[in-house]
Amino acid sequence: MVQTREPITGKLCLVSGPMIGASGMLGVSMGEMLRVGSLGLIGEVIRINGDTVYAQVFEDTGGMMLGEPVTSLGYPLSVELGPGLLGGVFDGIQRPLEVLRAMSGDFIARGLTAPALDRAKKWGFTPTVKAGQKVVGGDVLGTVQETRAFMHRVLVPPNVSGVIKSVVEAGEYTVEQPVVVLEDGSELAMMQRWPVKRPRPVVRKLPANQPFITGQRVLDCIFPVALGGSAVVPGGFGTGKTVVEQTLSKYCNADIIVYVGCGERGNEMADVLDEFPALTDPKTGDSLMNRTILVVNTSNMPVAAREASVYSGITLAEYYRDQGFSVAIMADSSSRWAEALREISSRLEEMPGEEGYPTYLSARIAEFYERTGRAEVLGTVAEGEEPRQGSMTLVAAVSPAGGDFSEPVTQTSLRVAGGFWGLDASLAYRRHYPAINWSVSYTLYLETLKPWFRDNAPKGWLENRQRAMELLQRDAEMQEIVQLVGPDALQDAERLILETGKMVREVFLQQNAFSDNDAFSSLEKTGGLLETLLEFYDLSKNAIENGVTLNRIMALPVREDIARLRNESNADFAEKRATVCARMRTDVAASATKKG
Amino acid sequence: MTGNNQTPAEAPLRAEYWDLTYISGPLVFLKNGGRFPSGAILELTMANGEIRQGQVLEASTSHAVVQVLQGTQGVDVKGTSVSLKQEAATIGVSTALLGRRFNGTGVPIDGLPPAVVDKEMNINGAPMNPVARNKPNDFIETGVSAIDEFNTLVRGQKLPIFFGSGLPANEVANLIVQQARTRDASEQFVVVFGAMGITEREADYFMRSFDEGGQGGRVVAFINKANDPAIERVFTPRCALTVAEYLAYEMDYQVLVILTDMTSYCEALRQVSSAREEIPGRRGYPGYMYTDLSTIYERAGRIRGRKGSVTQMPMLTMPDDDITHPIPDLTGYITEGQIVLSRSLHRQGVFPPVDIIPCLSRLMNNGIGEGRTRGDHRQVANQLYSAYAQGLDIRKLMTIIGEDALSDMDKKFLKFAIKFERELIGQGWTRRTIDESLDASWKLLSLLPRAELTRIDTKYVDQYYQAEEETAATPVS
Repeated sequence: MVQTREPITGKLCLVSGPMIGASGMLGVSMGEMLRVGSLGLIGEVIRINGDTVYAQVFEDTGGMMLGEPVTSLGYPLSVELGPGLLGGVFDGIQRPLEVLRAMSGDFIARGLTAPALDRAKKWGFTPTVKAGQKVVGGDVLGTVQETRAFMHRVLVPPNVSGVIKSVVEAGEYTVEQPVVVLEDGSELAMMQRWPVKRPRPVVRKLPANQPFITGQRVLDCIFPVALGGSAVVPGGFGTGKTVVEQTLSKYCNADIIVYVGCGERGNEMADVLDEFPALTDPKTGDSLMNRTILVVNTSNMPVAAREASVYSGITLAEYYRDQGFSVAIMADSSSRWAEALREISSRLEEMPGEEGYPTYLSARIAEFYERTGRAEVLGTVAEGEEPRQGSMTLVAAVSPAGGDFSEPVTQTSLRVAGGFWGLDASLAYRRHYPAINWSVSYTLYLETLKPWFRDNAPKGWLENRQRAMELLQRDAEMQEIVQLVGPDALQDAERLILETGKMVREVFLQQNAFSDNDAFSSLEKTGGLLETLLEFYDLSKNAIENGVTLNRIMALPVREDIARLRNESNADFAEKRATVCARMRTDVAASATKKG
Repeated sequence: MTGNNQTPAEAPLRAEYWDLTYISGPLVFLKNGGRFPSGAILELTMANGEIRQGQVLEASTSHAVVQVLQGTQGVDVKGTSVSLKQEAATIGVSTALLGRRFNGTGVPIDGLPPAVVDKEMNINGAPMNPVARNKPNDFIETGVSAIDEFNTLVRGQKLPIFFGSGLPANEVANLIVQQARTRDASEQFVVVFGAMGITEREADYFMRSFDEGGQGGRVVAFINKANDPAIERVFTPRCALTVAEYLAYEMDYQVLVILTDMTSYCEALRQVSSAREEIPGRRGYPGYMYTDLSTIYERAGRIRGRKGSVTQMPMLTMPDDDITHPIPDLTGYITEGQIVLSRSLHRQGVFPPVDIIPCLSRLMNNGIGEGRTRGDHRQVANQLYSAYAQGLDIRKLMTIIGEDALSDMDKKFLKFAIKFERELIGQGWTRRTIDESLDASWKLLSLLPRAELTRIDTKYVDQYYQAEEETAATPVS
C-alpha cells in the first residue's frame, strides 16, 4: 500500500515553467507528492539537493511568488482503485473531470482537488469470505455490480494478509467504509490506493498464446498481437493513429479498455465522449462506455501531467487485470509523454541524449512496456481450481517528428514491443485505411499464436496468410518494374499478380472504420474474403495458363461482386460469399471455353 | 495588456527597483527573483524616460529572467528601473473591440482612443475541460469545392493552411472569409485576425479586403508587422484568442480566428529560447514548441450549452515547401487536418491551388452526410480521391513510357485527373454551394466507367451517374 509520513513544509525558491524548487524540505523522498504555493498545486519530487527539492508541477505555475509554502504529503503519486472507475473520465492525476467541471466551470481552474471515487455513493457489496478465514493479497473479499454487465471483485491489497476477524453483511456501503477487519485490527475497504510508478505484483507472467482480436483484417490476419502483448503504432500526422486506437477500443476482445489521451486533441475526446455511450459493447450488450475508463490529458493541459497520465492509466489497467480480466490500454500518444520527459529533463539541465531526449528515455519506455502481459494474478488458489488469470495488452501510438521512424521514441519502443504496425503517409494520402504498411510492419507473436489459430480460426488461415504476404511481396516487386519500363513489358501471369495484389489491398487490407458493415470483420469474414481472393487468383492463373487473356478475365463482372463483398455484414457474409464464389467459378471457367 | 493604461495621476505609488544585472538578446536578468510573481508584466523605465514592457519567465532566489517585448536595444543595467505593472498579462475585452485595429499586444493603432472594456482577461486562458467540449459537427460552407467537398470545415475546428513562399495563401484565406456561411443565417459571424510578422503589403491587403467585402465592422485585428518588435509576437495570438473566446462563449458569436504567419510566431519563440540558453530541439526550435503551440491551437472549440464557437484557421509558411519542417509538422499533430497549397497547381493557373492529396479534415465525417450536406458526400469524396490518385500515378507513368503506351482505361483516368484539377479545384473566385460542388463532381465521375465506382453505393450511382455515350459503351477486348 501507500506509505505515509508526516507532511514537511518548506518555501518556494525557484519557478521555471512546469518546474519548481523548494528549500527547507529535508526528509522528503524522491517521487513524493507536493502541494505547491498558496493555490496548493500538485507536484512530484524529481530531484533532491540537500534540503532543496525540485519538482514537476501538474498545473500551470503562473503567478507564483518565491517564498510561498510548499508542503510534501508524505506519499508518492497514487491512484484510487475501487468500484466507480468504469465509465469515468479522469485527468492525468486521476481527478474526475465531470466533478472539476461542476467545481470550476468549463475551463479548469488551478489548485482544485477532487477524489477520483465518489465518497458518498453506496455500492451493493456481497461478501465472499467468512470470519476466521485466512486471506492473502489478491484474494476476493466480495463482489460489487459495478455496471449493469460488470461484476467488480473487491481484492485484498497485494501486500496485505491475515486472518479475518469480521466481515460486514451483504448491503450498501461507501468505498471508504471498512468491509473486512483482520485479526491484527487492520480494516479493508472497497477502495485501495497504489503508487502509479510501481508495478502491481503478480505470481508469474504467462506465455502470450491467445490473440488480441481486433476485427481489423490487416491486424487479425497479417499482424496479430497476443492478449497481454504490446503493439506500437507509429505514424506521421494524419495517418490515422487515433482512428486505429478508437476502432480497437470499440471492437477488440478485451473486457476493459483504458484509453489514455496523452497530449492529444480535446475535440477527439469530445468525439469519444459523444460516441462511446451510444455504442454497444459486443461482449455484454451494455453501453461501450461502461467498459471504458478515459484518462485525458489534452495537449493544452499542463505538460507534467502527461507523464502522470500514462502511469495512472496503466495502474488502473493492472487493477482490473488483478481481478482476472483482460484489459487493453490504448496510449495515444506515447511520444507526448516522451516529450514531457524531455521538457522536464531540459529544465533540470540534464545532459541530453539523442534529439534532446533524456538518456533514461529507453529505460522508462522499457519499464512501461514490461508492465503488460498475461499473468497468473495474486490470490489463494482453492483445491481443484485453476489459478485466476488476467491480461493487459498495450497499443501505444507514437508520433514521430516528420513521420520519420528513425527517431528515438519509435526506435526505443520497437525494441520492447512485440508488434509493429507502421502507418504510412503515402497510403493515407490514397485514403488506404487503416494505413498500415504491410511491407515494414511485423509481429513477433505469430509462432506462439499458431496453435490457437489452427484450432479456432477458419480453415487455411495461416496458409492463406502466408500466401497473401508472398503475393503482396511479388506485387511490390512487379510495381517497381512497371515504374521503370511500363506494364506492357509484363506477361499476363505477372500482370495477374499486379491485379490480384490490387484487389488484396483494396478489398482485404482496406477497411472502412465508418461503415456499419465493414468496421468490424469477424474471423469468418476475414478468412473468407482472403480465401475468395486467393481462389480468384488460382482460377485466373489456371485460365491464363490455358490461353485466356488477362483482359478477358479482368472484364468479368464478377470482379465487381468480389470488390463489394467486404461491404456485406458479418451475418450475411457466408451466404453472399457462396453465391459470389459459385459465379466466379462458372465465369472464369466459361471465359476459358471461349478462348479470347 | 492595455486598456488599463492609467495616467500617472491615478496610478498608485509603485515600488521601483534598480535590479538589472545582465542583458542578452530579448532578455534582461534581475538580481532578486523574489520581488515579482512568475508571469507578471513589468514596466522597464529607461534613463531617457522611455517605458517598455517585460514578462517574468523564471524566478529563483538568485535571479529573475524577464523577456522584454520591445527588445533590449538601448536598455542599460544602471539607469533602467523595473516596477510591477500587472500580476499577469491580460487584455480588456468587450464587443466594442469589433471593427478596431490593435498592435500585437493590444494597443490601438487605428488612431482611435482605447476601447471601453467590459473586463480584463488573462491572455493565457485556462485549458478547456475536455468533458465540457461539445463535439464540432456544424458544417461551414466556404463555397470552395476543395474544402467543402474534400476537407469539410466545421465549427469549432482548427484547420490550418500550409503554403510555400509565393503561393496565394492570403487570397485563399480572404476567399474563405468573404464566402463562408453557416446554414443558419440568423447567427452572427465575426472574424478575429491575428497577424504576426506580416509585411505592410500583406496587412494592407487583408484590411482592404475586409473593408471592401463589408466585413470591416465585424473584424477585430491584432497586427504585428514584420518590422515590429519580434517578442510581441509571442503575445499576439493569445490576445486574439482571448478576445475570440470572450466573443464566442460570453457573447454568442460564431468566431473565425485567422492567425498568420505562425512561422514568424515560432521564430520569435526560438529567439527567446536561444537567449535563455535552452537545449535546442529540431532546427533550433525549443523542445516545448509542441506544448506551446497546443496552448494556442487547442483554444478552438465549442462548449456544451453555449451558442458561440471558436474556429481557427492558422496560416503558416512551410520553409522550402517542406511539410516535415518542425513548424508544419508540430502544427499538423495538433490541428484537425490541414489544407496544403500546391506550387505546381499554382503554376498551371489553378485557383485556389489546393493539393487535395496531402489535405485532411479530421472532423469532416461529423459535419457531412444526410441532413447536413448530402448522403452521397462521403462516398463521392472517397471515389474522387482514389480516382485522382490513380490519375496522378498514370501521369507519372506517362512521363516514362509516353502517352501512346497507355491503355484506354489509363487515358480515361488521365483525362479525369486533368479535368478534376482544372474544373473542380480551379473554380476561381466563384462561390459554389455544396450541392453545386457535388453535382460538378458527378459530371467528372461520369468520365469513368461505372464499374470503376466501387466506393459508391449502387443507389447513389443509379441516381447521379450519367455516362457519356462513348464511356457507356466500353469495349471489352
